[in-house]
Amino acid sequence: MSETLIDTSAAPKRGLPRWLRGNDAIIFAVLLVVILVSCISVKNFASTLTVGFLLIQIVPIILIAMPMALVIISGEIDLSVASTAGLTSAVMGVLWRDSGLDIGIVIVLCLLVGVAAGAFNGFLITTLGLPSLAVTIGTLALYRGLALVVIGDGKVSNFPTWLTDLSTAKIGATGIPVVMILVLVVIAFFGVLLHFTPFGRGLYALGFSKEAATFVGIRVGHAKFWLFVATGLVSSLVGVYWTLRFASAGPDNATGIELSVIAAVLLGGVSIFGGKGTIPGVVAGVLLIGTLTYALRLAKVPETTLTIVTGALLVISVVGPSLTGWIRERIRLARVRREVQRLSTSGHISA
Amino acid sequence: MATDPYTEPTNAGTPAPTPVLSLLGASKTFGPVVALADGTIQLVPGEIHALVGENGAGKSTLVKILAGVHQPDGGQFRVSGDDVSFRTPADSKAAGISVIYQEPTLFPDLTVAENIFIGRQPRGRAGLINRGEMRRQARELFARLGVPIDPDRVAEGLSIADQQIIEIAKAISLDAKVLVMDEPTAALSGVEVERLFGVARSLRERGAGILFISHRFEEVFALCDRITVMRDGRYISTHVTADVTVDEIVREMVGRNIDALFPKSEAAIGETVLKVEGLGRAGVFRDIDFEVKAGEIVALSGLVGAGRTEVARAVFGIDRYDQGTVTLDGKALKPHSPQAAIDAGIGFVPEDRRKQGLVMDLSVAKNATLTLRKSLATFGLINGRTERRVAEDWSKRLQVKTGSQDYAVSTLSGGNQQKVVIAKWLATEPRLLIVDEPTRGIDVGTKSEVHRLLSDLAGRGIAILMISSELPEVLGMADRVLVMHEGRITAQIDREAATAERVMHAATASVNLATEGTAS
Amino acid sequence: MTTTTVLSEKTPAHERRNPVAAFVRQREIPVAAALVALVLITFAINPLFLSPQSVKDLLLNATIMIILAVGQALVVITRNVDLSIGSIVGLVAFGTGSLFNIAPGMPIPLVFLIGIVFGGLLGAVNGLLVTLAKVPALVITLGTMYIYRGILSTWAGSKQYFSGDNPKEFGNLSVDTFFGFPIITIMAVVVVVVVAVILGFRRGGRDLYAIGSDPDAAKLFGIPTGRRVMAAFIACGALTGLAGILYASRYNSVGALTGSGLELDVVAAVVVGGVAIFGGSGTVVGAAIGAVLLSTITSSLTATRVDKFWQQAIVGVLILAAIVIDRVVSIRNTRKLRVKEARDV
Repeated sequence: MSETLIDTSAAPKRGLPRWLRGNDAIIFAVLLVVILVSCISVKNFASTLTVGFLLIQIVPIILIAMPMALVIISGEIDLSVASTAGLTSAVMGVLWRDSGLDIGIVIVLCLLVGVAAGAFNGFLITTLGLPSLAVTIGTLALYRGLALVVIGDGKVSNFPTWLTDLSTAKIGATGIPVVMILVLVVIAFFGVLLHFTPFGRGLYALGFSKEAATFVGIRVGHAKFWLFVATGLVSSLVGVYWTLRFASAGPDNATGIELSVIAAVLLGGVSIFGGKGTIPGVVAGVLLIGTLTYALRLAKVPETTLTIVTGALLVISVVGPSLTGWIRERIRLARVRREVQRLSTSGHISA
Repeated sequence: MATDPYTEPTNAGTPAPTPVLSLLGASKTFGPVVALADGTIQLVPGEIHALVGENGAGKSTLVKILAGVHQPDGGQFRVSGDDVSFRTPADSKAAGISVIYQEPTLFPDLTVAENIFIGRQPRGRAGLINRGEMRRQARELFARLGVPIDPDRVAEGLSIADQQIIEIAKAISLDAKVLVMDEPTAALSGVEVERLFGVARSLRERGAGILFISHRFEEVFALCDRITVMRDGRYISTHVTADVTVDEIVREMVGRNIDALFPKSEAAIGETVLKVEGLGRAGVFRDIDFEVKAGEIVALSGLVGAGRTEVARAVFGIDRYDQGTVTLDGKALKPHSPQAAIDAGIGFVPEDRRKQGLVMDLSVAKNATLTLRKSLATFGLINGRTERRVAEDWSKRLQVKTGSQDYAVSTLSGGNQQKVVIAKWLATEPRLLIVDEPTRGIDVGTKSEVHRLLSDLAGRGIAILMISSELPEVLGMADRVLVMHEGRITAQIDREAATAERVMHAATASVNLATEGTAS
Repeated sequence: MTTTTVLSEKTPAHERRNPVAAFVRQREIPVAAALVALVLITFAINPLFLSPQSVKDLLLNATIMIILAVGQALVVITRNVDLSIGSIVGLVAFGTGSLFNIAPGMPIPLVFLIGIVFGGLLGAVNGLLVTLAKVPALVITLGTMYIYRGILSTWAGSKQYFSGDNPKEFGNLSVDTFFGFPIITIMAVVVVVVVAVILGFRRGGRDLYAIGSDPDAAKLFGIPTGRRVMAAFIACGALTGLAGILYASRYNSVGALTGSGLELDVVAAVVVGGVAIFGGSGTVVGAAIGAVLLSTITSSLTATRVDKFWQQAIVGVLILAAIVIDRVVSIRNTRKLRVKEARDV
């Protein structure tokens, strides 16, 4: 974005792209530091293998994190994403095993499952006005339960090998998984949607204040409904990917990743209160967790320490801002008090 | 005519010597704004004392000081002769002061009895709450007040009148010496008002001091023993009710030179832009007819709660309405769709800037262009360059003082925030601009800037519908004043005929004057 | 003022107090009815469902969930939530195993005390972060869920303690019965009663409802909101600690993964039991019934030979039904109010 037009006053911190300032900058800085330190101190980290393993590890999280960021920015939450992925996986398994349909059609039908799941969430939340936290705890259980109903405890694994191979294939010698192309498309889509479209602008307004959003003509229910549909769709995409990557369709695929996704989104600077956050920040948040996990694993730090690191990062990322906010407020109050004293000694200003 | 502020109330003809509550020369500033310069009130046991003044006269700041919500910067504050300084509302309550707000805050999920006794429920064996006893005491309180409210029902869904009675019951059970009622009748119907008055009188007989804040003169004169007038954050006078007339009080409330501050240049009045016919919403407002012409500033005046904002919200499509039509430039406007209103050329500067007008965490530029989201986009994408150019253009034209267009709008001063809100609507090139309390909480300098701006806009042929509680603003700015009272338009007064007394009387529904006003 | 005449018919502010109606309006009634219906239908299809052995199993299965739901309800009533309880269960259960491993002769009451205090401390960390940082409990406890789980995995590694490693009397706790009731179930019932009395009849307990009902108003009223919320988190942690100990007694093995995923089941039980997810209303008795209902469904499905795979889906439907019913009731109340106000103007 151009800085040349600023003439209202001295623009601060020229040079950095605008989206790299503020909160995002901190996350990116931390990410860079982690990567650098890892390259220097962790054996075998700086290799193409790293890139491949690291990236393929984070695919499900980063995919769902995109629509989830939008949902949280608009002031809602969706806990049912992992279950939607599981349900998709189950449906995919059964369709492939029993229907004899072409795999392409199977995948399309699976994505429709996600759309339906998201639309059901959206309906309960926007039309009935129920709290999304409660609704999606309910559908978390429901969709996972339906996955069990659909496929039982069986597994389906005879998917076409060219597809399962594709899911882990690398682009030439770069070590970058082919599937990253899809990931980039999804990131770009949601990034553009959030930052460059009227719809995205509206989401910030919505997350900050439903009333303020209504006053500029945003259709609150409408916007939220489609966000939940988008989340459902991407979740089912992850369900399909998960199934192919592990060449196995089962009811417990992707269990529990909803909390990892939310942790990554919040770590990426999205405010749980809504109204704040960026897609680059969220991408950095996911990469940070992914890199840290991978580096520590390579460095033979016990797997288990990683969980502590994830949790601690999350707590710090939310406690940190409110702590600095508190300090800032203190300073401001002190200044106001001085001001008032000055005014009261120099006589009243009438208002 | 104004009596000495520090006169002991005995001089004013009321018997008891020691005031139960005495606030002398209290002041309170918020940043550069002086909300209260000289807050003075003395309340003796066994009296009902009215506190009157325009909106912005400092009444609510004074009430909040009494309630312990704000701490005064200076002045003397005594309860029953002892100096006090409250740090929290709990301190005020402990000192025997109970405050009943226009909209009481009860816990919706708790029962009525529990709402009265929360934190001090009667206890029996083993420190456990004795519910039977609590219920009995609650029932006894309601019996004393003569109102049948079931102590066992939850507070959710109670009418405002019943909620106030519960607050009063709480005050009685606390043995409050001072009861402050902040516009308690604003949301009540006739019968409920009568009931409230009965309760207030019986409390007076029991020796409580009651401070009654109201805009309705007929109530003030029917109920109160003495009246204290405030204006511009200052104490003006205290009268024994029997010795004054409504007109004298109104004159003291308004008394100041108006025209200087509010420059309204004459604009050529054009075609009718907005036409509202028979608009009604059950329980909120009804039979609303008016029109606003190009270049005209029409003020919608009246007391808080008269239904002004609600009418504006319905016109703009935020709320639904049950009857009537809204037409803009001769075309019917789709109801309940702010987007349709915006597309048709209406802008709305809402009354709560922080919650409704702005997205405080977004940058100045993004806020200023939030209304243009759609038109700024090419092929569905917002062009950052254009966005910033438009934002900067408007910032410059309205002289928004900000470090950068990228700063969060929350970093600006109140006046500059308001300019951003106005800018975002001007950017849509509206035919009609609705402004709701356009200068609330803004310093004097910016205030006149906003006024000049509105006047300019009218000059350029924009129709302006202005809601304002500040009489000087209404009288100075408006070509025509519509006065609302209890959900209806009670008077329509032209600029030449509009006087503070006239508007005030119509707003408080002293009906004879209101009809006289309509005739003009 | 024209409506004065309409109003003089007298506003029906006073509603008749009908004890039966009041009872039926309790929020626990729908869940309790669902539970009774479930048990009766299952019994009709398969009479063996209520045989002494099967009842005992039923109760044993429900016990740990009941205690967890009671703890969670305390927190949810204050408009908070604790997602870290699964990890706390794991930590305390594994801790119990290690205690017996280090000191096999340790008196069982002391083990209980240590476990409860340990759980309470973990809850206190949550409470401290929530009350100090003023960040929603959802996020904080999501973080501590990971941290506690990480600490447990570091501590446990691949190690597991099996029930055979524990003293016999300890394992017997979840086998022995007292007049046909498993001892640990009796403990759970005692917990429910004690907490219900505190919540219903202590000033501090009532404060929790006030806080959940309107946190800002509670502060204005001078209720020590920080202290009370803190107390709720500590109590939740302590009860979760108790559940952790019982977990070690009841199940075969405890290790790094013990208790993971429990948190959402427990929140579900609480919501199904009629505790509003945004605080202010509901009781621990309801939460306990919710826990029993959810754990009974599994047994019912087995007993009626319904595909066991339906279980989780039914749980989901129950949660959604609980919140939808709650919402519909509140919409109806608001509408009643609006109509009434419309009449008043």
